[in-house]
Formats: sequence, structure tokens, C-alpha cells
Amino acid sequence: MSFFLKENNSIPNQMEKLEYERPIINKVNAGMPDKFGMSTRVPVMSHIEEVAIKDIMDQYGSPLYVISEPCIRNTYRQAQKAFASRYPRVQFAWSYKTNYLNAVCKIFHSEGAWAEVVSGFEYSKAVENGISGDQIIFNGPEKSKADLERAINDGAMVHLDSLDEFYFLGELAQNLNKKAKVALRINLDAGIYPQWDRFGFNLENGEAWHVLTRVMLHDYMELLGLHTHMGTYITAVSAYAIAAKKMADLAIRLFRKFNHSVKYLDLGGGFASKNTLKGAYLPGSDTCPSFDDYAEALTSALLASELPPERLPLLILECGRALVDDAGFILGRVLANKRLVDGRRATVIDVGVNMLFTSFWYEHDVLPTRLKSEQTENTTIYGPLCMNIDVIREAVQFPLLQRGDAVVIPRIGAYNMTQWMQFIKLRPPVLLIDEDRKVHLIRKQETYEQFNAMETIPEHLKT
Amino acid sequence: MKLKRNIAISENGFLFNPETGDSFLLNPIAREIVNFLKEGNDVADVKQLLFDRYEVDLVTLEKNLEDFLEMLQHNELLDR
Ligand SMILES: Cc1ncc(COP(=O)(O)O)c(C=O)c1O
Repeated sequence: MSFFLKENNSIPNQMEKLEYERPIINKVNAGMPDKFGMSTRVPVMSHIEEVAIKDIMDQYGSPLYVISEPCIRNTYRQAQKAFASRYPRVQFAWSYKTNYLNAVCKIFHSEGAWAEVVSGFEYSKAVENGISGDQIIFNGPEKSKADLERAINDGAMVHLDSLDEFYFLGELAQNLNKKAKVALRINLDAGIYPQWDRFGFNLENGEAWHVLTRVMLHDYMELLGLHTHMGTYITAVSAYAIAAKKMADLAIRLFRKFNHSVKYLDLGGGFASKNTLKGAYLPGSDTCPSFDDYAEALTSALLASELPPERLPLLILECGRALVDDAGFILGRVLANKRLVDGRRATVIDVGVNMLFTSFWYEHDVLPTRLKSEQTENTTIYGPLCMNIDVIREAVQFPLLQRGDAVVIPRIGAYNMTQWMQFIKLRPPVLLIDEDRKVHLIRKQETYEQFNAMETIPEHLKT
Repeated sequence: MKLKRNIAISENGFLFNPETGDSFLLNPIAREIVNFLKEGNDVADVKQLLFDRYEVDLVTLEKNLEDFLEMLQHNELLDR
């Protein structure tokens, strides 16, 4: 076919031209409505917290992360209210691994959250963010000698994960001649699958009770609490009721035997966010329980237990994704449109799995920032990495965007800004929109120089 | 490049291929292209007609038109 324009064939006086959209043809599969039986209307997102996405991208480029401070605060307050209106003593501890950008942590801390950390690195961040040791919960299977000594000296809550750690901590506390403040991480059967039995001590087989007894008898340990974190993206609120009951029963058993009241029960995190899991039949926004649903199940079980009303332990929650997923957005651009061999449309965007780790388990929405029409085409959305794994969405009805058009991926605030990879590309900048709708750069674009400065070349390879 | 002769297209962009029984939905500009082809315009004519009517640069138009014709071909709607 020829692609040369014929001369002298154009309309003489320039009329107002029509808005263009690319031509598409979609095969109709009779009798096969899409899986929700509703029309596929494409939502558009042109603003984040009233700030125009176009303005943000004009100033800061692409791709980018954007975090909404008002959204974090609203979400946190909803969660706090759901629990505090049902149970007298509630404390959230911000799960650092979910998003440990300092600005984000400081927002949570300013709302009253303590810090929940799982490494010396995260612990240092919490301290730098102004959290005192007695408000740091130190979880996780790996805590070094230096980590534990610091935790003992600071009076942080060390959540024991293994018997080896119990011995190790005991020895260090004795050497320092200080009492370590400890809690036991407990894994239990609350009817959910898979059961995370690799962390902490099992309840049902008696292991937890056995170790609790040893902690109680230890001269250099003080048992402050009991902890469990059953898993993540748990949509069955009944699991929290079961776990709360089992934890309460354990606390009562401790009191009966040792006349010791634990100061807190930490039920961990694990609440689902509104993202849709891969393969889920319904969108997560329809299936995700509310904070009220979780709170009702959990606190009812605690209040119905034999815990004495005048000595109710503090209820600690370590929610991560449910508190921050909605507050995060990725902005990117279309790099190319292609046609796959089987006729399907492929769109390549500048957002890859290197910066959207959660695309491995979520079906993230990829939204246009403006629409010319409601037309869509069945499209697979790829990232920019030269790797076959770099798939953002498979087979979605997607509008007819052109190279350079902007896209937004909402609900990415959890785990993406910690599990991001320096893979092929450098990590992009992160912006924060504050409550006055002011935009702040809270993490700079990584530079080639910074990255290369980490490496050294052995003498024999120089020149 | 010719559209198969017996292909029917409705005003609202519904296209039917009686040979295979397949139905398709087209957006307005795609419907226009199909009609231009049905009227016997060649590809260069079609492109000129669209370029005159729409707010689009030539490179984008060429890319999109070529892609669209490939899809017509893919769906067995063209006589080669
Ligand atoms: C001990 C602990 N607490 C809290 C969390 C936060 O979990 P989520 O984001 O599912 O609420 C995690 C995450 O894995 C964790 O390991």
C-alpha cells in the first residue's frame, strides 16, 4: 500500500477539523458479556486531590509516584475510629515495610501511630522519625546482636520469633544487666489458608505455651504482650474473631498460672485493601471488608472473652496495606502501541514491574487522564523493561491512547515504594500532595552517579 | 486493497460478515474508513480524506490506518 499523500487534493478553505481518535474494530462475541455483566465504561482520573495530573507531569516528568497526605490521614482516622469506638484501648503501629518513606511514616506518627519494624534498618528509620524505643515494636526473624542490644537499651518491644532468638536475647540482656521487654509472636489456626506457621511459635501444639513459661521464668525478660500476624489480604473477618479469642484465652491462662497480666495483645495487620487480586471474580472494592467490619469481629471477640473489664490489655494493630494502598498513585505515559500476532492490541507504558511490584498479585487499574471517546479495545499493557515478565495488565478493555498520553495507576501505596527494584532503570521520584494541595518532592529521582558510586573495580580490571 | 463485497455495515458501526457469521463493532472513524473503502477509494484517498477532516498529524494517521487495515485483514474482511 502507498502512504504518500496525494497533492492538490485537500479542502481549500481550512474548516474546523474534527477531534481525532484512532480507528478500531472489535469483534462481537455474542452471548458473552464481560464477567461482571456490565458495560465497560472507562473511568478517567485527571486530578489527584484537586491537583491536575497534567501539571504534575509537566513539572516532574514521567514516570512518578504520587502520595496523598489527606488520603492517608482520612484512612487512618477511619481505622482508628472503627476500633476506638468499640474497644477502650487501641494503638496502631505503622508497618514500616509497607511504606517506609520518612514523610509517609511521619504522617502516620503524627496521627498517633507507633512504629512496627522488622530490621535494624527500619528501626533506625523509626528512631530518626522521632519514635522512642518504648513505641517501637521489633518483629521479624532476623535481629542482629547490635539490633537487640539497641532494643534492650531503648526498652523497645522485642517480638520473639524463635527459640534461638529467645536464648540469644536472654544472653545479651544478662550481659547488659537489663530486662528485655518481650512479646511472643504466635502462629495459630484461625481457619485461613495458608497458615503462616513459619513465624513465631505455634499455639495449638503447645509450643507457644512452653516458651511463654520460659519467658516468664527468665530473670532478664519481662513479658509485655502477645502477638500474632496471620497473613495478608485476609478478607474473612471471622479469622480475626477466632484469633482474638485464642489470644485472649492465652492471656487469661497466663494470668491464672503466673498472676501476670500482659499489657497488650497485638493482632498484627493483614486487612485487605480495595485492590483486586488476580483471578478474583469480583473487584476488590466490592469484596474488601470495611474497618468497621474488622473492628466489630475482633473487638466483639475480645469483649466476649473472660478478660477482666478493668484490666483490658491494649489492643495493638499493625495494619499496612489497608492504611496506605489508596493513598499512592503512579503516573506514567504511553510509549508505544503494537499489535500482537493474534490480533490483540498491546500498549507499552513507561511503568514497569520494577516500580510496580504488586502487579504480580493485583489486577491494577490503568486509567487515562482524559478521554476522547468511550471506545475501548482489548489490550495487554506492558512495562518498558526488556523482559518477558514485565506485564502490568493482561487483556483489559482499554481506551485508545496514543504515544505520549498520560496514564494513572491508583491504589499502589503499599509495598511498591519498598519492594521496588533497581532493575534496568533507576527509581523514579516520589511526590507528596499535602492537605493544602501543595506538591512536595519527598524522594528524588535516583541518579546514575549515586548508583555507580557504590561500586569499585579491582585494580587488575582497571584500564 | 478491497473490502469483501458482501460485507454489511450499519449506521451505528455494526459490521456483519455473512461469509463467516462474524459481527464487529467499529468506532465512528473506523466506520468512515470502511465506507470509503466500500465506495472504491484506495488507501491513499482514504488517508487524504481523513487527514482533511481530522485534527491529526500525518505520522499518527499513517500508523493507525495501517494498523486498522491489518486488523481488517486479520479478521478476513479484505480481498487481497
Ligand atoms: C509482622 C507484620 N505486621 C504487619 C504487617 C503488615 O501487613 P499488612 O500490610 O497485610 O497489613 C506485616 C506484613 O507482612 C507483618 O509481617
